[in-house]
Amino acid sequence: MKAGSNLEKILSKGLFAVTGELGPPKGNDVSVVKRKADLLRGYVDAVNITDNQTAIVRMSSIATSTLLLQMGIEPVMQMTTRDRNRIAIQSDIFGATALGIKNILCLTGDHHTFGNQVDSKNVHDIDSIQLIDCVKTMRDQGTLMGGEEKIEGKIELFIGAAENPFADPFEFRVIRLAKKIKAGVDFIQTQCIYDMKRFKEWMKMVRDRGLHEKVHILAGVTPLKSGGMARYMAKNVSGIIIPEEIIDRIVKAKKPAEEGIKLCVEQIQELKEIEGIHGVHIMAIEWEQMVSQITEMAGLLPRPKIE
Amino acid sequence: MVDFDPKIIAFCCDQSGYPSLDMANSLRLNFPKNVEIVRVPCGGRIEAHHLLRALETGADGVILFICYEENCQFLRGNLRVKGRILYLHKILEKIGIEKERIEVCYLATNNGVKLIEALNRKAEELKRLGPNPCK
Amino acid sequence: MIKAEQKPIDEILRSIDPYNKILLSGCGACVTVCHAGGEKEVGLLASALRMARKKIGKPLEVLEATAPRQCEPEFALEFSEMIEKVEAVVSLACGVGVQTLVRHFPKMPIFPGVNTTFLGETITHGLWEERCQACGNCILDKTGGICPISRCAKQLLNGPCGGSSKGKCEIKKEADCAWQLIYDRLNALGQLHKLEEIIPAKRWGVESRDSGLRRIIREDLKI
Repeated sequence: MKAGSNLEKILSKGLFAVTGELGPPKGNDVSVVKRKADLLRGYVDAVNITDNQTAIVRMSSIATSTLLLQMGIEPVMQMTTRDRNRIAIQSDIFGATALGIKNILCLTGDHHTFGNQVDSKNVHDIDSIQLIDCVKTMRDQGTLMGGEEKIEGKIELFIGAAENPFADPFEFRVIRLAKKIKAGVDFIQTQCIYDMKRFKEWMKMVRDRGLHEKVHILAGVTPLKSGGMARYMAKNVSGIIIPEEIIDRIVKAKKPAEEGIKLCVEQIQELKEIEGIHGVHIMAIEWEQMVSQITEMAGLLPRPKIE
Repeated sequence: MVDFDPKIIAFCCDQSGYPSLDMANSLRLNFPKNVEIVRVPCGGRIEAHHLLRALETGADGVILFICYEENCQFLRGNLRVKGRILYLHKILEKIGIEKERIEVCYLATNNGVKLIEALNRKAEELKRLGPNPCK
Repeated sequence: MIKAEQKPIDEILRSIDPYNKILLSGCGACVTVCHAGGEKEVGLLASALRMARKKIGKPLEVLEATAPRQCEPEFALEFSEMIEKVEAVVSLACGVGVQTLVRHFPKMPIFPGVNTTFLGETITHGLWEERCQACGNCILDKTGGICPISRCAKQLLNGPCGGSSKGKCEIKKEADCAWQLIYDRLNALGQLHKLEEIIPAKRWGVESRDSGLRRIIREDLKI
């Protein structure tokens, strides 16, 4: 066991894992965190806590993750390289593990010009692959980056990263995954999937390189609330592909939200059958209340309890 | 409207402006008073600072007689000066000078009448605008 | 070369407001290429400043001079005679040129007339793009000659982020994704294997711009 987190235990037992996502409030209103946590408790194995997503200032991932621990839910602390240099990153890792956080997701982060503090200096001292390498060094060698400075204590983290099979260049995405594995990643969550054909193509490329045996891959899904949401995401969010048939299906449905949930459940069932997929990551942003229904309809409940 | 004879500097290119000028002279057409001619081999030879200097040192207005876009003997000379005029108009706006004081007029070789009409029209316009406040 | 853009005229007028006789100094190198501060630009701006000040009844005398390169001590010193006659200088050279003048004329107020923007390439006349950020340790050999520090918005060293779409960067539709360019180039050169190598984190604080004032010393060249 690398960290002994709930997520790690479930994956190492070969069980199908389910993770959720929680976006912290744009301030210090703890009740927002509690409300969202309550909607996810019991339906997922761990909850991703986003890190100033889209560069909008929110309660820090480390603080929110700690609140979740206090509420009895296991967090996956997301950490971007956009806002922190390696001093702050390693310092935060000391703090996070001291507070009991056992899962970390290493990300680059959306560009700061998307957010609400566009005048800020862009940090990007290291990139996401160097971050994975950094965490692995801290955990397995007991030193800081560079291998010189010894750490007082043991850093135990289950290391995750994201991968986007829908971004370009398509052929490079598998090479990038291989690099992340080489750097030391334990699990991957993908960007939300709508183009099943392209995803299966990517998974084939992954399997051809034997990568599915070296890392746990959790497939990302996001339920569509409306035709408007589908169109918006397809047009405006880089790295998301939504095929016309899916947009059509939601737009033409009598009850689009219901259709969106139905589609999400179908997707989960299809993804479960793909060789190399070890779990699903449900990103129901601002729609957390649907996670209970989705997991139930997809036959993912009850979540296993492992000691 | 102030009564004065506006000082106009007319840049004439060898391929259109100058021959048209010759023609206007042969036809004995009436020039406005106070026009000074500057002959150039091509509109492209004219730099922005030449034109602004003209205004700075006493001209009330400047007019360029150059070839139509597709007609430049040196291929893109007239396009170069067109870009310079665009830039110059922005500067004129910043320093509070009317951009009508620098104008481009496109001609062919035999546009003597058009040239005189343009000069007279310019003189009238400048009388309305008044003397150059910066000279 | 270094690219720059002329400052707005009202900004320049504000900085020289207390003065009645100035030198407008141009530079014959980088700022001439990007039409921000060469001899022609000096001529144009000098007339514009004089006209603007005449209009408000506060005449301004402007001496005009252009050095081949303002960042070279011997060329900067060529301005000495003119500088003795004026109250202030507006230099249209890049930030380096301005500071070279400052070092050699410590008692003279020297104002920048351009904003130095980036190190860039001339794509075509009238279009210049950033290409280099002087990071101190060039890795163009690893990336097929395309720089990810200056051309990737996130300065990634190990491949594109998830926002790379149809060869464009997620933050600016006009900007190519540097990593798509790197991929295409290494592919064309048959060197895709270079992308599998993990490039370690940059040593910003030691060999790059966060190491404090940078210098190059060559004892062999000091005469």
